[in-house]
Amino acid sequence: MPLFTRLCLGWLVAIVFGAIFADLIPGLQDPNYQGFLFGTSATNEPPSLTHLLGTDNNSRDILARIVYGARVSLVVSMTAVIMGTVCGGFLGALVGFVRGKTDAMIMASVDVILAFPGLVLLLTVVTLLGRRDLLVIATVVGFLSIPPYTRVARATALAVSRREFVMAARAIGTRKRTILIREILPNCLPTLMAFALVNAAVIILLEGALAFLGLSVQPPTASWGNMINAARVDLRINVWPAVWPSLALVFTVYSLNVVGDHIRRSKAVRSAAL
Amino acid sequence: MGTFIAKRLVRLVGTLLAVSFLTFLLVNLLPGDAINALIPIDAQQDREFVEQIREEWGLNDPMLVRYGRWLGDAVQGDFGDSIVTSRTVSSEIFHRLPVTAELMLVTVGLSVMLAIPLGVMAAYREGTRLDQVISGIAQVFLSIPGFVAGLLFIYVFAMKLGWLPATGWNRLSNGLLDNLRTVILPALSLALIEIAVYTRVVRSDVMNTLQEDFVLSARAKGLSDRYILFRHCLRPSSLTLITVVGLNIGTLLGGTVVVEFLFAMPGLGKRLLDAIFQRDFMMIQGITVFVATIYVLVNTAVDLIYMLVDPRIRKAD
Repeated sequence: MPLFTRLCLGWLVAIVFGAIFADLIPGLQDPNYQGFLFGTSATNEPPSLTHLLGTDNNSRDILARIVYGARVSLVVSMTAVIMGTVCGGFLGALVGFVRGKTDAMIMASVDVILAFPGLVLLLTVVTLLGRRDLLVIATVVGFLSIPPYTRVARATALAVSRREFVMAARAIGTRKRTILIREILPNCLPTLMAFALVNAAVIILLEGALAFLGLSVQPPTASWGNMINAARVDLRINVWPAVWPSLALVFTVYSLNVVGDHIRRSKAVRSAAL
Repeated sequence: MGTFIAKRLVRLVGTLLAVSFLTFLLVNLLPGDAINALIPIDAQQDREFVEQIREEWGLNDPMLVRYGRWLGDAVQGDFGDSIVTSRTVSSEIFHRLPVTAELMLVTVGLSVMLAIPLGVMAAYREGTRLDQVISGIAQVFLSIPGFVAGLLFIYVFAMKLGWLPATGWNRLSNGLLDNLRTVILPALSLALIEIAVYTRVVRSDVMNTLQEDFVLSARAKGLSDRYILFRHCLRPSSLTLITVVGLNIGTLLGGTVVVEFLFAMPGLGKRLLDAIFQRDFMMIQGITVFVATIYVLVNTAVDLIYMLVDPRIRKAD
């Protein structure tokens, strides 16, 4: 793995650990603590030893809000990846293997959901649900992630079903269910994993856009998107509260893309060698 | 070929029906009663009045009846009335559409114009420093969402340099230059990701085409590289680009919502957001169905264009 890809992977690992163990990081402040209410800090402070990245327009510590904001991105993208690979992967592998009417029906409904521009459907569903905590957002995004994974899994399953080992398994009279679980699903998994990394990047951008519109998790809960939105109004006074979360967002998406590309390339090499 | 078109059109109608029904279902099944948007909560004490309004807006009929009625009107271009402004939804859409359409056209045009030379150059110089630089830039662009790019552009070009307005919109009728001054930054914000995607597509496609025998024979004839690249390679390589542009219209339509919000542009996306904040169900329903319809239509058109351009697909059916 090239050094640069390692650096990207390192950033991703740091983000994940930071998000999970945010409460345990020594010296990290409370992301919602407004220092100016108690006279301990001011709004829009420049970086200092107490606030490494400065404070935002509510005198909250920006670094702490970025670390805690990573939680939202992490939870939403992980939910999407898990629901996508498990439900979408299974559904796609199933219909790609059995074909016929089930296939036609499932894929028709997948097509209908994919006929909506992602963000527009997400906006509509989130609004109509009327509740905007992390659980609701993650579930909606997760549910809407099932169709693309179904499509990817189905295409892979179609190809895998024609391979020799599947034919061999059929020839010796293996039950269909066993073929699906033993042969088809494991062979769809690498493709799904590579897709998952790229998809995680897409999901993080989607949640970011939703939060930027003020329609993701409700403030004061920090998320990168709502931090950028909050900093937007004071751009003329202090640009840094917008810069830091933007950088965090862009670096994370960039790293996911780089690592995803690397995995896809090495996978292509492996399958070519077969 | 005729049967192919017929099949595609039947599927189109089916998809559109399903899309409209799903939207209707979403808007009507999910919690939140439309009556709350029609009458303030404290006025709802008056049961008789509430019933009268419900009857008037047809809220008491079974859902399928309401869907049928709404669909019947919708195919005639009547998406109902906004329950907040009481203007018709279709007149609002008609009023807002040109802004979004122009934004998307400029974005796609700008992206294609930049991505084709970049992609062709990267493919031609595959593996060299130039290719690495272009691919590297594409990778970075791919990671910058519209709202981050937009804020950056506003900060640099509007606040620091003062070259362009930060927000607002000038209609085309106010003069082309004034109009372009308000569309360029939003379009550029949306274009970054598109440029990256298209460049990658063009690069990999041209790389494949360069391996073809006809390129070899053109080289053997002594044609110049530039002529081969743009005359021989670009056309067969542009098919994937057309498809990707079509598929990306969906993301782009989502992107316009964000960018119109950021730049305060009076487009369709901004109107959808306003409707969302006002819980204007009729408007949300109308715009969502309209936008999805556009997306489905564009992709059907892409399929058909694909077939017209590439004779192999015509025969395959």
